[in-house]
Amino acid sequence: MSEQPQHHSVENPSPQDHNDQKTLTTQNAADYWHTNLRLLAKLLTVWFVVSFGCGILLVDWLDQFTFFGFKLGFWFAQQGAIYVFVALIFIYAWRIQTIERQFGVDDDEGSL
Amino acid sequence: MSTQLLTYLFVGASFALYIGIAIWSRAGSTKDFYVAGGGVHPVVNGMATAADWMSAASFISMAGIISFMGRDGSVYLLGWTGGYVLLALLMAPYLRKFGRFTVPDFIGERYYSKTARMVAVVCLIFVSFTYVAGQMRGVGIVFSRFLEVDVETGVIIGMAVVFMYAVLGGMKGITYTQVAQYCVLIFAYMVPAIFISIMITGNPIPQLGFGSEVADGSGLSVLQKLDSVLTDLGFSAYTQGSKSTIDVFAITAALMFGTAGLPHVLVRFFTVPKVSDARKSAGYALAFIAILYTTAPAVASFARLNLVDTVHNTSYEQAPQWFSNWESTGLVEWQDKNNDGVMQYSAGAANEVKIDRDIMVLANPEIANLPGWVIALVAAGGVAAALSTAAGLLLVISSSISHDLLKQTLMPSITEKQELLFARMAAAVAVCIAGLFGIYPPAFVAQVVAFAFGLAAASLFPAIVLGIFSKRINKQGAIAGMLLGLIFTFVYILYFKFISPELNSAENWLLGISPEGIGFIGMLLNIAAAFAVSRFTAPPPVEVQNLVDDIRIPSGAAVAHSH
Repeated sequence: MSEQPQHHSVENPSPQDHNDQKTLTTQNAADYWHTNLRLLAKLLTVWFVVSFGCGILLVDWLDQFTFFGFKLGFWFAQQGAIYVFVALIFIYAWRIQTIERQFGVDDDEGSL
Repeated sequence: MSTQLLTYLFVGASFALYIGIAIWSRAGSTKDFYVAGGGVHPVVNGMATAADWMSAASFISMAGIISFMGRDGSVYLLGWTGGYVLLALLMAPYLRKFGRFTVPDFIGERYYSKTARMVAVVCLIFVSFTYVAGQMRGVGIVFSRFLEVDVETGVIIGMAVVFMYAVLGGMKGITYTQVAQYCVLIFAYMVPAIFISIMITGNPIPQLGFGSEVADGSGLSVLQKLDSVLTDLGFSAYTQGSKSTIDVFAITAALMFGTAGLPHVLVRFFTVPKVSDARKSAGYALAFIAILYTTAPAVASFARLNLVDTVHNTSYEQAPQWFSNWESTGLVEWQDKNNDGVMQYSAGAANEVKIDRDIMVLANPEIANLPGWVIALVAAGGVAAALSTAAGLLLVISSSISHDLLKQTLMPSITEKQELLFARMAAAVAVCIAGLFGIYPPAFVAQVVAFAFGLAAASLFPAIVLGIFSKRINKQGAIAGMLLGLIFTFVYILYFKFISPELNSAENWLLGISPEGIGFIGMLLNIAAAFAVSRFTAPPPVEVQNLVDDIRIPSGAAVAHSH
C-alpha cells in the first residue's frame, strides 16, 4: 500500500512519457474501453431488471409466486434487489480486473 | 445500574473513543485533510463510507417509514442502495484516476471552466447543508429522549465532538472515526432486531424471520398475518402499494441517481490508493450498508405487527410500559374518541392512536422488553449515525470553500499551509451553522429532503457521468444541462412544497410524478440539454479529450513507467 509512482503521474501528467508508446497503448486503450462498455451494459441491464423491473414494473405479476414465504415481487423490492446490487459490484470489480490485465492497462504493482 | 446511567456511560464512552481516534489521526497536510492522504484501505474506506451514508434518517426513521408505507417503502430501500451500483460502475474508479480533491475539481477541469466549477460548488453546498440540518435534528431527538437533557445542550455537545475530529483530523480523522461509528451503529441496530425476530417468529435472522411463520400457532407468515390484520382495520394491505407505478419508478430513480451524485459520498472514493480499490471499496460499502438495509424492512413489519397486537383493543390502564414512556415525548398519543377507555387503532376517523414513525426503531428495545444496556446501545447508535454523516458533510462543505472557492478561484496565491488553515476555519464555521440548524430547526426540514436528492440527481450526476463517458460534451453543454436540471427541479419542488402546497396531489403533477421523484425528469432534461447544446458548439479542446482518455484507463502510471 505504498505511495506509487502513479500518484506522481496522475497529478502531473507528462505528455512526453505517453508519446513513447503511443501506438501500442492507444490501440489497447480503445479495445479495453469497448470491452469495458460491453461489460457495463450487461451488468447495468441486470441492475435495471432486478430493481425497476422485478421490484417496480413487474411487481404485481411476480407476486403470484411464493419464494421462501414471501410474495416474489415484494421480496425483490425489499430484499432481493439489494443482494443482487452487492453481487454486481463485486462481479464487476473481479471481471474488469481480468480484462485490464489482458489489455495491459491494470494498476497492479507487480505489472510495472 | 439504571438505564439512564448506562446510557450516559455508553454515549460518553463512544465520544471518548471518537475524540481519541481524532487526536491519533491528526491531519498534517491538505492531502490528509481532504482525502486522508489517499492511502485508506478499501475495506476501511467501505466501512467509513457506510457510516457516512447511513444517517439519522436511515438509523432512526427508515424502518418506521416503511412500517407505515408497506410495499411503497421499497422506494427508499432500492433508491438508497441501487445508487452504489452506479457509483462503482460509472463513477468511482474514474474519479479516483482523476486524482484531485473535490467533485467541483473534476467538473471545473473536465469542462475547462470556472463557471462550471462554481455551479457545482453551489449545488454541493445547497445539497450538503440541507442534509446537515436533518442530522442535527436526529442528534437532538436522541439526546432529548435518552439523555433527558435539553435539545440545545444535546446539540452543543454533539457539535463539540464533531468539531474536535472534523476540524483537527479532516478526512483522515473522519475516516477512522467513522469506522468506529459504523461498528457502534450496526451493533446497536442488529441486537434489538434479532431479539424482536426471535420474539415474533422464533428465527434469529431478521431477513429470514421476515418471511417465516408467526410463532403464535396461526400458521400464517408474518406478511400474511400483517396483510390480514391491517385490512381488517381498514388499512391497505402491507404488501400492496398505493402509489402509482410511474411515481414509484420516478422516486426510486431520483433517489438512486441522487445517491450517486451526492458529494459527500463521491469524495470518499478519492481516498483509496488505487483505481481498482475504488471499485472494491464501493462494493464493501454497499455490503456494509446492506446489512442494515435488509434488516430495516424486517424490523418494519415486526414493529407494525407488534404495534397492532399490543395496542389495538387494549384498555388504556393495561397499556404496555413503552407506550406511557413515549407518551411524555408527544411521539405517541391516545385520544379516547368513543369514551370506552380502550385504545382503537384503525384507518380513518375512528382511529384513536397516533404513532410517530420515528419511534419504531427507538422504542423497539422497550417493545421487546430488552434489558437497559440495549436501550443505551440504541442511543449510542443513533448518535453515531447522526454524527458520522454530519462530519462527512461538513468536510465536503469546508473543502469546497477552501479549495474550490478560495484556492482555485478567488485567492490562487495562498500556500498549502494557509489553505489548510482556511479549510479548518471553514469547517469550524460550518459546524456552527449546522449547530444552529439543530437548535432552531427550520420548519421546512422534512420538506427539503426531496431537494437534496432531486438536485444532486438533476445537476451533479449527469455532469460527472457524461464527462467520463462522452468526449463530445463541452463546457456550454454541461453548464446548460446543469442549470436546466437544477432550475427545473428547484422550481417544481418549490412550487408544490412551498408556494401552492394545496395543489400537491397526483392530478396536478407533471406526468403524475411527485416532487420527491421530479429529480429524475430534471436529470433527463439535463442530459438532453447537454447533448443538444454540445452538438451546436465547438468540441472540447484536445487537452480535455486527452484527459478523458487518461481517466478511462486505470494504469496511467503503467503507461508512463513501463519502459
